[in-house]
Amino acid sequence: MQTNILICGVGGQGIVLTSKLIAATAMANHIPVMSAETIGMAQKGGSVFSFLRLGDDLHCPMFPEKTADILIGFEPAEAVRMLPYLKDGGSVVVNTHPIMPVTAALSGSDYTGQEMIGYLRRHVEHLVMTDGDAACKALGSPKVLNMVMLGLAIRQNVIPFSLEDIDKTMRATVKPQFAELNSQALRYEG
Amino acid sequence: MGNAAIARGAMAAGLNLVCGYPGTPSTEVLETAAKANDGSLYVEWSVNEKAALELGAGAAYCGARSMVTMKQVGLNVASDPLMSLAYIGVKGGMVILVADDPGPISSQTEQDTRSFAAYSKLPCFDPSSVQEAYDMIQDAFAYSEQYHTPVLFRPTTRVCHGYASITVRDEAECLKNKPEGFVKDASKWVIFPRLSYQAHINIEARNVELQHVFSQYTRNTLTPAVAAGCRKGIATHGISSTYTAEALKGKDAPKLLKIATPFPFPEDMAVEFLQGLDEVLCIEELDPVIERELTYLCGKHHLNVNIRGKLTHDVKNAGENTCASVAADIANFMGWDTAKPQETEAPPALPVRPPVLCAGCPHRASFYAVKQAMKGKKAVFCGDIGCYTLGNAMPLDMVDTCLCMGAGVNITQGIGRIEPDTTCFAFVGDSTFFASAITGAVNAVYNQANMTLVVLDNSTTAMTGHQPHPGTGRTMMGQVVDKVSIEAVLKGVGVKTVETVNPLDLKAAIDTVQRVAAEDGVKAIIFKSPCAVLIKPEKPPVIDADKCRQCKRCITQLGCPGIVLKDGKVAIEQALCAGCGLCAQVCPFEAISEGGKD
Repeated sequence: MQTNILICGVGGQGIVLTSKLIAATAMANHIPVMSAETIGMAQKGGSVFSFLRLGDDLHCPMFPEKTADILIGFEPAEAVRMLPYLKDGGSVVVNTHPIMPVTAALSGSDYTGQEMIGYLRRHVEHLVMTDGDAACKALGSPKVLNMVMLGLAIRQNVIPFSLEDIDKTMRATVKPQFAELNSQALRYEG
Repeated sequence: MGNAAIARGAMAAGLNLVCGYPGTPSTEVLETAAKANDGSLYVEWSVNEKAALELGAGAAYCGARSMVTMKQVGLNVASDPLMSLAYIGVKGGMVILVADDPGPISSQTEQDTRSFAAYSKLPCFDPSSVQEAYDMIQDAFAYSEQYHTPVLFRPTTRVCHGYASITVRDEAECLKNKPEGFVKDASKWVIFPRLSYQAHINIEARNVELQHVFSQYTRNTLTPAVAAGCRKGIATHGISSTYTAEALKGKDAPKLLKIATPFPFPEDMAVEFLQGLDEVLCIEELDPVIERELTYLCGKHHLNVNIRGKLTHDVKNAGENTCASVAADIANFMGWDTAKPQETEAPPALPVRPPVLCAGCPHRASFYAVKQAMKGKKAVFCGDIGCYTLGNAMPLDMVDTCLCMGAGVNITQGIGRIEPDTTCFAFVGDSTFFASAITGAVNAVYNQANMTLVVLDNSTTAMTGHQPHPGTGRTMMGQVVDKVSIEAVLKGVGVKTVETVNPLDLKAAIDTVQRVAAEDGVKAIIFKSPCAVLIKPEKPPVIDADKCRQCKRCITQLGCPGIVLKDGKVAIEQALCAGCGLCAQVCPFEAISEGGKD
């Protein structure tokens, strides 16, 4: 039994921590895990992705196209960019709030993410959308987007652990003063 | 992380000293060792790779187990001492960790350290996974010590930056190494032509022996074909061997050879692999090292086997392999049907997200100040390696050349010799300045060049993740020490005008550039302002909607991720803005108030 998870978005959205929490939770549950992510240039506004694999008989952390069980998209265009990795019938959870790249601001183009959402609607059977910006405003911090997305992904029952499992790892990982807020974000349902 | 596993493995092998120079994808090896250091290990970010390699050699002369870390282009800097050290040898185990970067993802070249191993005649280890990296680095120390030679250990990016749950040794099983100390022996440690001649003979004999020894090494593997009678084989290495394993899952796999020691090549095992085969596909990243070796062995042993790979265009000869590319190459080779991609709707045009200087980055202000000061003048801007290479992007467009660490200061002198009417600038970061720009400054002063050296001093090595350097006053052993002053160094080598200015004070910065660049000879400007990632952001500025005429000058001049268009109007991206105030100084209508100081 293997689970392939792809997390993608833009540098600064907390994707690396999300990936680490899933990996650490797998290890706590004695499930072998491998992962690979973009490091370095991504900090500067670039596209960021993380490949995660859970289960037995793993050879490499990267997986081929059309094999992800779930894609967690922190940004609509980034979800579309990585969509070829989703297996037929796989699930996508996506933040509908777009991030405009500097290139778009310079050329004066008005990227809104709407055409990306439209494309996802047409091509993904199990699509769950959330307005991450609204969620962060409701929770009172722009830093909890990753926990909102992770909580939503866990509730799709594709990743083999519960919110409680993730919550436990999260509390062991983040600074104590952020634990409660993160915990609320994991359970946020808009 | 693979790099953490390498550090842990080296420590389990009794590591006494680790030093290096930061470079993606190698950096986290040394950082992990520093974090896990109980005080028994000496850890140092050296000024550059050459310094690090010489330091590591000195320790190994004493019988210490030492490791030197760098990226592949760093090996070029360290190659002078390394080529000679290969002849001198070591007493304690010495591993030179060189991380290769197929792609390249964050490097100037796609050079292959396996080829460097053959050139320098040094044994080379090539791990394929995080677990193997942990185990193999311990083997590397053992071989190094047994054969009294430094050895190369070359993971690639996907091993360095891959994560996996691994099994590690119990604390009690970890080795402890007590160095004997330096034993004087001029006939051993002092290189002379006569000694080198004898050493060359010994090295060639040792490498022949290692071809046999490595044929028995358990991490070089030979796996028979699943189906009897299959006369095809696949030879691979490193991360590509894991892509191969994925591609062959559930299939009738052909005979497989996995090479963990590309040099000396395990000849006996390779010949055994070739026997009974008609065709072999070599799946490699970077150079066709295995492919050349197998082709050579076919000639040497009169074997009629068709060796295919990069040289025969069956595998692409540049860039990194992927699960998909390897699966396709294998399917072609084996004559397997491949699923035709289904026709699907093309996705909408995706926004391009090239890396850009961070919001609030002082380099943006420095480049902008020089650009403004040189408006309408014939000027050339030689860049260098670091975050500030990103100053090449529009709208700044302020990096005309970039070659390798420290090159800009000399390239600008060469341009000035041929084009005396051009105002020549060289931009260099603080860490790169210490690593390899000081000799360039001496060269310029002594040879009477006419140029302006611009040091972008953000008080850290930002690109690789904020490592300390001689200008920061911190060491990896946790000491707080006297900083080496860039200004004092420049004055010391004879640069008469050295001015330091805060680039975020735009008017002062532009005035300084105009004044200093107008002088004859070699002069320097130090733009001093800390990396935006390391300081607490100021309050974002406020745009006065009544004053803003939507000229978008702040956007089109600066290209800062902190200013965006929202519904066609200029707006501050609150989550990204660092409150540096540069946009407020650029606005011609005083519509942007500096948040912290309104």
